[in-house]
Amino acid sequence: MFKGTTMSAKEYKAFAQVREPSRSIFSNCLKAFLVGGAICTFGQLIQNLYMTYLKMSETQAGNPTVATLILISVILTSLGVYDKLAQWAGAGSAVPVTGFANSMCSAALEYRSEGLVLGVGGNMFKLAGSVIVFGTVAAFFVGIAHLILGTGGQ
Amino acid sequence: MLRGKQTWWFENRPVITGVGTVVGPDEGEGPLAADFDLVHPELDMQQKSWEKAERLLMEQASDFAIQSSGLQKEELQYYVGGDLMNQIISSSFAARDLGLPYIGVFGACSTSMETLALAAQLVNSGSAHHVLAGTCSHNCTVEKQFRFPTEYGSQKPPTAQYTVTGAGAAIVSESGQGPVVTSATIGKIVDLGVTDPFNMGAAMAPAAVDTITQHFNDTGRTPADYDLIVTGDLAGVGHPIAKDLLTRSGVPMEKTVFGDCGLMVFDVSKQKVQAGGSGCGCSAVVTYGHLLKRIAKGELQRILVVATGALLSPLSYQQGETIPCVAHAVSIERKG
Repeated sequence: MFKGTTMSAKEYKAFAQVREPSRSIFSNCLKAFLVGGAICTFGQLIQNLYMTYLKMSETQAGNPTVATLILISVILTSLGVYDKLAQWAGAGSAVPVTGFANSMCSAALEYRSEGLVLGVGGNMFKLAGSVIVFGTVAAFFVGIAHLILGTGGQ
Repeated sequence: MLRGKQTWWFENRPVITGVGTVVGPDEGEGPLAADFDLVHPELDMQQKSWEKAERLLMEQASDFAIQSSGLQKEELQYYVGGDLMNQIISSSFAARDLGLPYIGVFGACSTSMETLALAAQLVNSGSAHHVLAGTCSHNCTVEKQFRFPTEYGSQKPPTAQYTVTGAGAAIVSESGQGPVVTSATIGKIVDLGVTDPFNMGAAMAPAAVDTITQHFNDTGRTPADYDLIVTGDLAGVGHPIAKDLLTRSGVPMEKTVFGDCGLMVFDVSKQKVQAGGSGCGCSAVVTYGHLLKRIAKGELQRILVVATGALLSPLSYQQGETIPCVAHAVSIERKG
């Protein structure tokens, strides 16, 4: 007769942990820094192009620059490339505006089979929704802080 | 006949007279590609949704199984099936087209051996002459239901596993040509507190160990009685853990070959599948496609397939619940 495993959840956690491959925080940070930095540099390049060739001011060029980055991200998501980049880059491709666009585009693509209203419409913000909720909540508290401190928030 | 606590002993030796396996493109690039009946070059298989693609896999695998057994569909009594989708839609919808009396089961990735064990039990007890057992999974339906949209850019940890796109089906008959099913050990739920759905291997390993030791205790067999023992989808993280746990329990696993379907179906070092394969289809296509062919060739005489399942739902892990796991073992032998 062989005896079964008589481990508690706590003992097993320790037993399993030493046998699991660890994520390298350093190399993940480095990749995220490089890719995230590259995306932002690329964004800056687009903005400079708008300013140089279309004679826009820095403020005017802001919105078209973000729109261009979103468009590129959506195209890469639709071609099935963005998720492969993300597996390598981690936070580097998730944090910039391209990551936000990817979260909405991927959800829209995925739920297309459930129809336009309940599928695409109802699920597009499935992942992006929490970013908007917590972004708005954070903005509210920052606004309150500015009001109390009288700094105006400009 | 019940032997020991949890094991069915099939004294009438039901025969697997036909099998069918259909897989997707990634499995087609894996080392076992030549063993499958059909490899789809595209993940969508020209269907309008991932769910329809998964259903197509199941239907095609069933057709191949029926064809290879030489039977007519009308000669089958039951279809025992299950899959990973909510309300097991792939199997139920495939059953609609098959038109057979249907027993739907859910055992997550352990469904492959759960359905085979039930089919063998039905035939062994004389409740049926021929039973179809099958299961399927699709990488994208599982991503969509359990994780994120397929094109969403999230980084998966190295402990994550890649769901196999594939379906496997088998016909279990009273008599005929083919390997025989000799016993099945139905597993208990084991939950050692793992909560991370990206670490299913570690969650399921204790369940596999529990079922394997119970199988030996019930049958009086030892690892030396088997040419090969495979777990379903423990993959690169869970399989070594299971091995170490068995060693701690004093089970001499070095007397047999101890493998894992999740490590066999893909070339884990070359294909980007993190720790290895998983899903209902994983153990089904490896067992029905690859292992039964090796038995037929005479390379293996007796094997034990221990399919492992993580019985979580997207809801349960978001609510912070731990992952209950189960494993079912079926022994298959060369007729002789």
